[in-house]
Amino acid sequence: MADFWSSYLWPLIIMVAQSVLLMVVLLVVIAYILYADRKIWAAVQLRRGPNVVGPWGLFQSFADLLKFVLKEPVIPAGASKGLFLLAPLITVILSLAAWAVMPVAQGWVIADINVGILYIFAISSLSVYGIIMGGWASNSKYPFLAALRSAAQMVSYEVSIGFVIITVLLCAGSLNLSAIVHAQETRGLASLLGVPWLTVLNWYVIPLFPMFVIFFVSALAETNRPPFDLVEAESELVAGFMVEYGSTPYMMFMLGEYVAIATMCALTTILFLGGWTAPIALPPFTWIPGIFWFLLKALLVFFMFAMVKAFVPRYRYDQLMRLGWKVFLPISLFAVVAVAGFLRLTGLAP
Amino acid sequence: MNDLLSNYLPIAVFIGVAAVIGLALLIAPFAVAYKSPDPEKLSAYECGFNAFDDARMKFDVRFYLVSILFIIFDLEVAFLFPWATVFGDIGWFGFWSMMVFLGVLTIGFVYEWKKGALEWD
Repeated sequence: MADFWSSYLWPLIIMVAQSVLLMVVLLVVIAYILYADRKIWAAVQLRRGPNVVGPWGLFQSFADLLKFVLKEPVIPAGASKGLFLLAPLITVILSLAAWAVMPVAQGWVIADINVGILYIFAISSLSVYGIIMGGWASNSKYPFLAALRSAAQMVSYEVSIGFVIITVLLCAGSLNLSAIVHAQETRGLASLLGVPWLTVLNWYVIPLFPMFVIFFVSALAETNRPPFDLVEAESELVAGFMVEYGSTPYMMFMLGEYVAIATMCALTTILFLGGWTAPIALPPFTWIPGIFWFLLKALLVFFMFAMVKAFVPRYRYDQLMRLGWKVFLPISLFAVVAVAGFLRLTGLAP
Repeated sequence: MNDLLSNYLPIAVFIGVAAVIGLALLIAPFAVAYKSPDPEKLSAYECGFNAFDDARMKFDVRFYLVSILFIIFDLEVAFLFPWATVFGDIGWFGFWSMMVFLGVLTIGFVYEWKKGALEWD
């Protein structure tokens, strides 16, 4: 009995506690990311943004949550009821599931599996199901068309994201996310140049800069962010695949979207910006805990997401598909060959 | 607890916690919110008129084509993952085998491009 307690029950309790803790922190961060998104957008347009609920509108997201919960839930008469309610649930669960393998600091990860990046790749491929199901189950024309569009858009950019990840893997030599960060801490440009303390040179954003740009733009398309928000092109499709949704099912789609954005920011940080490592491996930079660097970098990436939303006009659908298939795919395919050839010729492959 | 279990069980637990939060959010308005359904409110959204027919209509075959292309390239990426992981150990032979594979796929890609499978107009 004691054996059962110490080897099964206790670890399980710790797992649940860790999961709940990460989930709560993540959801609070999401609430403030949403707020930041609106504030930044407003600032660019010389508006004030949310400023009524709480000091400087800091509690806006929580007020929104309350409002969504108190809204009347409407299920259209023609909809497939089960699928209609399952779609937002799947969207939220899948987008949150990616965080199970995300290392936010040295050893701070729920599941340190050795196929971490493959797991994230698989989960983000599945997220298209939530959209397809939502659009189809609504039994209404706009959601149906938007779901098709959105699915085609997401799968198109999935491919170039995959190739970009391969170039990083070639440099890092591991699928484990912590190992990828560790590779950027210990070897790379800085050690080759003889300045191993200048870790910022090790980050893959410098040698793989074009890949970083492709990854960032593909991440925008993958998460249906402007300028690629054709899913909810108001002028054509009213509000995309969630036209028929209201109340918390609608909120869950939005939550899923923002969690996916946070995932992409974290992934950019881990793959290209050195994760939780300090830019210069000397005091006082090393005194600052890793989680702070991770948050700082991820928020910086999110700031770019928000600025793009404010600056760039929406793409047309044919331009979007052209960019994905005829520009990013050939470039990233070539990059895989080029990076592999370079590493093989110079013998730098890990 | 063995290695496999202690590695992957946390993922299941995490997804379980996510499912609980999702379900709670989904059920909350059905439990607390005011409800007064009526036929107009429950009808599908159209721009001011009743829907002519079922919304699940025929759609452009291009969407289908794009998903097929996606499957081809996604499989290709799935093959590249293990290759990239052990790239340092497999030498020139490993490098050239993958280059031949990528070459064949590139020929297919060029063919698709020339055939106009990637055009949207």
